[in-house]
Amino acid sequence: MNKVHSRRAGFIERTLIEINSTLEQSVFAESIARRDGLLQSIDARLKVLTTLLLLLAINLSHSLAVLAGLYGLALLLAILSAVPAGFFIKRVWLFIPFFTGIVVLPVFFITPGPALVHLPLGVVITQTGAQAALFLLLRVATSVSMAILLVLCTSWNTLLKALGVLRLPGVVILILEMTYRYIHLLLHTANDMFLSRQSRLIRRPSGAEERRMAAANAGVLLGKSLQVSHDVYLSMQSRGFRSYPRTLDRFRLQKLDLWYGAAILALAIVAIWLGR
Amino acid sequence: MNDVKFQDGLIFEVSDLYYSYDGRRPALEDFHMTVRAGECMAVLGSNGSGKSTLLKILDGLYFAGKGCVRAFGQELTEEAFQDDDFNAAFRRRVGLVFQDSDVQLFLPSVWEEVAFAPLQLSVGREEVLERVESALSTLNIHKLHDRAPHQLSGGEKKRVALASVLSLAPEVWLLDEPSAGLDPRSVRWLTEFMLAQGQASKSIVFATHDLQLVQSVASRACVLDEEHHLLAEGAAADILANEQILLAANLI
Repeated sequence: MNKVHSRRAGFIERTLIEINSTLEQSVFAESIARRDGLLQSIDARLKVLTTLLLLLAINLSHSLAVLAGLYGLALLLAILSAVPAGFFIKRVWLFIPFFTGIVVLPVFFITPGPALVHLPLGVVITQTGAQAALFLLLRVATSVSMAILLVLCTSWNTLLKALGVLRLPGVVILILEMTYRYIHLLLHTANDMFLSRQSRLIRRPSGAEERRMAAANAGVLLGKSLQVSHDVYLSMQSRGFRSYPRTLDRFRLQKLDLWYGAAILALAIVAIWLGR
Repeated sequence: MNDVKFQDGLIFEVSDLYYSYDGRRPALEDFHMTVRAGECMAVLGSNGSGKSTLLKILDGLYFAGKGCVRAFGQELTEEAFQDDDFNAAFRRRVGLVFQDSDVQLFLPSVWEEVAFAPLQLSVGREEVLERVESALSTLNIHKLHDRAPHQLSGGEKKRVALASVLSLAPEVWLLDEPSAGLDPRSVRWLTEFMLAQGQASKSIVFATHDLQLVQSVASRACVLDEEHHLLAEGAAADILANEQILLAANLI
């Protein structure tokens, strides 16, 4: 793979890199969800509900101090859940400038208030603008941190199942679970297809050739996914599936869940009251 | 379906079967077969001869274009399977293990996969839990119970696929190329599993071109030729000893 970076990668190489990176990320995220940690020990349904409660507290708060406190809580939960701090902070703060930063940028300049910094061409950053921007950034960062914690500390499948607590219909959850399952299968198939193509290449294909290969591979994958979906349906029918899936809820609340739920509820109430 | 008395322990009775996917080229033609209770029947044939299609027809997933397929004395038709009671009774008695385990393992974890069939057939919660535990223990895959299918090896996937049918406790096993892609140790284990099912008076119909597996477990065999016709049927030992048949079916 190192060679790939030594020159501009072609379509096949870029696709292989992306597929491998997606699979690696998925494996890494699953490995965190399997660690021994606080959030990993909590019932997934409760994690969904408490995360929603914390998001509510974050978004109702009008106090920078309360938001900072809630961000501190997210960091504490990450540490107690064996989530690598550097990875966690980077994941949140690398994402913020691209999405929220662009939205927030004009707030520095257009919000009326006392001047904080004078820039060339008469542009002024106001104190109120800077405060409003910081407030929005911190609110988004804290919300994203809570959401990322939920996703990192819960295996994807358990998380999907826990969405039942929000009254999501069982058939929708089953479709989501199967989609996640077969994305992996098709990623592996795509990976094998591209590797086999790469192993038979003796020169770098032209742009037109690469486009033809991409179209052909997309067509093959589409055909394969249709075949798999047909066979999967047969295998479901073979084991008694009719039109609505019957599932078994294996979630059980433990004492730790109750303590955790009570603590988060109390913290959220205090945060909403202090930040009102 | 439980009330039906079938003749002399006849499980499957297939006569003059014709099936085509596109209405022009046959996948099976003029095919006859009977399977009796407790028999282990091998369906031999080269790739594309129609073995998998036959198993899907025996499992009531595809239906005969012409001819008749009976299971436990009742004809397997699309109309029959529209009746929920008939469907549930048949599904409880017959389990199919697909050739491609990835097709069979569609749920996010091994535990859910094994629990799927009894749950769909309205087995009670406690019994589902018992059946899952028992199937996981029998196939020695308890440690895999919360794994996702994409985290399993080929041999592990095959065990999970078998467990997902074992939890149904079927009377009849349909196995499509059960030894395909397995390492020698897994094939040995599979052979023992099939022999154990046979000793437990289960009927087995399996499609394969693995002659070693046929020799180890099958009591009877039928052979499909490359034109999708029945070439021969008889005792497994006799079929395996007939070089002419095996050559004609492109099996050796």
